[in-house]
Amino acid sequence: MSTLSLAGLHARYSLLETLRVPIAVIGALVFPALSLAFFVVPQRAVAENPEFATQAVISLSVFAVLANQLFSFGLGIAEDREKPWHPYLRTLPAPGLSRILGMVVATGLLGILAIVPVVVLGALLTEATASVPRLLLGFAALILAALPFAFLGVSIGYAFPSKAAIAIVQVVMFGLAFGGGLFLPPILFADWLDAISRFLPSRHARELVIWAVQGGELQPWVWIGLLAWTAGALGLALVLYRRDEGRRYR
Amino acid sequence: MTSLASLDRVTRRFGDVTALDDVSLDIRPGEILGLLGPNGAGKSTVLSLLQGLRRPTTGVVRLLGADPSSAAARRALGSTPQETALPPTLRVGEVVDFVGGHFPSRVPTAELAEEFGFTDLLRRQTGSLSGGQKRRVSVALAFVGRPRLVLLDEPTTGLDVDARRGLWDAVRRQHEAGATVVVTSHYLEEIEALAERVVVLAEGRVIADGSLASVVGRVGSRLVRLVSRDAAAVAALPGVLHERSTVDGALDLTVVDSDAFLRALVSSGLDFRDLTVRGASLEEAFLALTESSSSAFATAGSVS
Repeated sequence: MSTLSLAGLHARYSLLETLRVPIAVIGALVFPALSLAFFVVPQRAVAENPEFATQAVISLSVFAVLANQLFSFGLGIAEDREKPWHPYLRTLPAPGLSRILGMVVATGLLGILAIVPVVVLGALLTEATASVPRLLLGFAALILAALPFAFLGVSIGYAFPSKAAIAIVQVVMFGLAFGGGLFLPPILFADWLDAISRFLPSRHARELVIWAVQGGELQPWVWIGLLAWTAGALGLALVLYRRDEGRRYR
Repeated sequence: MTSLASLDRVTRRFGDVTALDDVSLDIRPGEILGLLGPNGAGKSTVLSLLQGLRRPTTGVVRLLGADPSSAAARRALGSTPQETALPPTLRVGEVVDFVGGHFPSRVPTAELAEEFGFTDLLRRQTGSLSGGQKRRVSVALAFVGRPRLVLLDEPTTGLDVDARRGLWDAVRRQHEAGATVVVTSHYLEEIEALAERVVVLAEGRVIADGSLASVVGRVGSRLVRLVSRDAAAVAALPGVLHERSTVDGALDLTVVDSDAFLRALVSSGLDFRDLTVRGASLEEAFLALTESSSSAFATAGSVS
């Protein structure tokens, strides 16, 4: 019963629980692809330009991951904490790490799965293009760039009850998505907005994945910002997780 | 160490509230221990300490000689989730497999379902079960890992009489097969049916600990029932621990020494009829114990 095999067990049943509500899965899988179909494909100026189209597909992929991480972790943890199943799981002989790893793997799998329709639609309906190695590199970059979103989600989940978490996740998600240039490309931003945008993890994520897929130069503020956000959000998540331990009076 | 689990001078505070106050308790292999106490007495806190969910403010909690917050120590522990806890979208068999997957040696799902009478429910999603069915599955989960120590928190709350007796039989069979069981309950009947040893908690302290008979006997009380026109005066006679009017107009008195009480009653010349005397049940012993402990606290409080 190693920590890893127990994490696998938790991931399996966590996925199974999610898959039993198919509409939630379909929503997660279809939403990013629909966004691409409605917002990118009709804009022929973007869709017919290989560079812009690729960037648009990447932006929507980052958005899908952002939304998935914030919702799964933020809302998922907030809801779990309110259910008596959560303390019961802690009485089972599994270290806390197994539970968290299991959750990350299950959420990550669904998150990556949600990207596949975006990439397929992008390849079919726009001029977006990438070689297979670049595409794989892009997925790797996406996973790295998802970490701050995951930790932010965990923090929200441990900081708020589920009703508050829904509202906060939505505000944070749209703020980060718009501010990070995931809806409108940063080229269209006013200077002041672009300056703010460079401090947001969503912008870092977008630039990192674009760099992985299209090549070019990686600006230092991208990876420095990403590292800072990852470390900061992880620190916050750990503090809130510890604070949660044994707090409620039963 | 002969004990399977122990609390050694454990105090647990939650902010200003002292849930447990210097409690020591040994759980010995092979016994069924009934944990009794009014709401807020600290029963759930004792269980959560043994489960590793909480840490003591001071004192030491041991589970098989180890700290219960370590996952390894909890391999020998079986607990019950609240019945509302089961993940509604999972099937009963899946929940059993998931929980069972945490233990090195587990009872096969079919065998467990047979033992606790839910074979026909294995394919059902837990969200579709009735309260009683969920309860049976929840209690069974405590036994899936062949635990040496089982903690049952209110195992039959909300069950009808038949279902309750069925579950008690299953718990007794598991106990005979070697499991040590700690059971908390609101139903004194349940403790009387299951427990060999009874620990009574009140206001975070152990106020009685012994065999079922000795705890009932320790109170040494008798129940006197009579009808009287001078009820208030009768209740004021010496030796009356507790008085209660019944719905049909009779007076129930818990007394320490029924012989002395009867002599006092007769010589007082007060009116009475329809007199009966019997030994106290666990419930009455429990009431007498917890009441005397809280009045002792109240007195101590007013003096200081």
